Amino acid sequence: MLDPQIIIAGVLNGLLAGGIYVLVAVGLTLIYGVLHIINFAHGSLLMLAMYAVFFLWRLAGLDPYVSLPLVTAGAFAVGFVLYRLVIGRFSHGKDENILLITLGVSIVADNLALLFFGGDTQTIDVPYAGDIIQVGAAFLPLPKVISCGAALLICLVLGLFMTRTDTGKAIRAVARERQGARLVGIDVEHVFAVSYGIGIACLGAAACLLMPTFYVTPQSGYAFVLVAFTIVVLGGMGSFLGAAVGGFLIGITESLGGLFLGEQLGQIGISLIFILILLLKPTGLFGSRA
Amino acid sequence: MRHLALAAALLAAVVYPLLVPNYLATVGMLMFFTAFIGQSWNISGGFAGQTSFGHAAFFGVGAYTSTILQVTYGWNPWLAWPAAMAMGGLVGAGIAVLSFRAGLRGSYFALITLAFAEVFRIAANSASITRGGLGMLIKADQRPINFQFKDQIWIYYLAFALCLVSLLIAWWLTRSRFGARLVAIRENEDAARALGIDVFTEKVKVLALSGAMCAAGGTFYAQKYLYIDPNIAFGIDKSVEMLLVTMVGGAGTIFGPLIGSIALTTINELTRAAASVFPALKNVQPLSLIVYGAMLVLIVARLPDGFASLLGRRRHA
Repeated sequence: MLDPQIIIAGVLNGLLAGGIYVLVAVGLTLIYGVLHIINFAHGSLLMLAMYAVFFLWRLAGLDPYVSLPLVTAGAFAVGFVLYRLVIGRFSHGKDENILLITLGVSIVADNLALLFFGGDTQTIDVPYAGDIIQVGAAFLPLPKVISCGAALLICLVLGLFMTRTDTGKAIRAVARERQGARLVGIDVEHVFAVSYGIGIACLGAAACLLMPTFYVTPQSGYAFVLVAFTIVVLGGMGSFLGAAVGGFLIGITESLGGLFLGEQLGQIGISLIFILILLLKPTGLFGSRA
Repeated sequence: MRHLALAAALLAAVVYPLLVPNYLATVGMLMFFTAFIGQSWNISGGFAGQTSFGHAAFFGVGAYTSTILQVTYGWNPWLAWPAAMAMGGLVGAGIAVLSFRAGLRGSYFALITLAFAEVFRIAANSASITRGGLGMLIKADQRPINFQFKDQIWIYYLAFALCLVSLLIAWWLTRSRFGARLVAIRENEDAARALGIDVFTEKVKVLALSGAMCAAGGTFYAQKYLYIDPNIAFGIDKSVEMLLVTMVGGAGTIFGPLIGSIALTTINELTRAAASVFPALKNVQPLSLIVYGAMLVLIVARLPDGFASLLGRRRHA
């Protein structure tokens, strides 16, 4: 059998990866909770944000951690505009239609990336990429530790924003009761656009945290969209706590799956969890509605 | 008038490959093939309204079933074809039973089909029976008895015949009680149940039919290219292609997938031609998919019945 030390290291690495997944999933679950939209374009927009980080590094020499405020703000703007121009205007009626619209957006995004950036895998070289810190017997890559900590910090800030500010309260009011929120004078369409923007801003931040240790290709979005959906379904659609717990569980699953089943077959765990949760407990761990 | 137009279209399709260069005959073959697998999506996604993001699961099961039977167990491919269809039907029914018994609808059904296709893809990438990521080669032996043809015109006619059969199935759905029940389920599932329709059974049946058709397309693909690998067979690109041609052409209409396939193929060839004139556009595949993704958004938003509805409207005017 495997040495317990290796398993502990695997769990720790999974937790570190999970931190960034939490951030990606929080954006998805926010959009679902407020707008009741399953945002299939989530992965593709993350991919575009990763390219933005890549080009800021390559053309302007900006370190991904330095470009974080810039990319996050840019992602918010892209999300806000995308909602105003496409998603909000066209997404009405059956929920499959909204899913198909966001699928259309993701097809356009993926192929624009392929057209302009080519199909090559792109990575960033940062001087601290190889730095390691030792925790007990486990050696953890420093950038992953920083990224995980930063992701959780951003989630915390987002949580404070949602509970302490007027905008946050308006978003929660709309999520709970659309009509009531409209009646007390909240501009619901504006709140929708802001919420979608915040959801995409989470992706911008996640992209900056991913790039020091990860790579990007035009297909990256597809890989992340399944992971993000699995986390959100596992935690319960619309639940923040669920996204947090789900993110770490999926990070560990992926890490241990790779350890026990190998790189290839290890990925099967995520899809299987997704299927089993939908079949057996569609409300997820912390969700209230199906 | 309509019969005359149909007869003319049929005749044109039959003589087309005799008149054009080989390259254009292949384009026509691909057009009919895409229309065929698109129609398999349309049966469940269009007529019955069960949007799927993972029809590649059926396509891949068909392609791998016939290829494994042929390569590993020495079956004749013509005999392996119905076996592949049966497997596709079984997988379709199996996914339907699991999903619909759990009460999944709408977007959730779409997403779970995607996850099933992904499970198949990863499994095919790792299993020894599918030779993993290397893919499977079918030995070239160009005799009709081997489902391989020296003269590519026969593969064109085969694709054409498949497309015709799929059109007949769709036509039958518009006239049969089964089809009427499917439409009732699509329009309002609860109302259909109240009318006494066994919603669960009908949905399982239509997924089995759709899965079998799609698997037939998978075998056809494997026999045409004599090669299959997990990404071709189970990748999301195939699922999206089937969905796109149907949604753009007109979901739930007889000719929707064919119209969508003709449009996609035309856009593809036009961008290819543009690329030969303007070398800057050397990357053509993404360009046509960008157009198609944008069309999907506009059509779902503005023209939910696809381009076929434009034809219909003009006819009634």
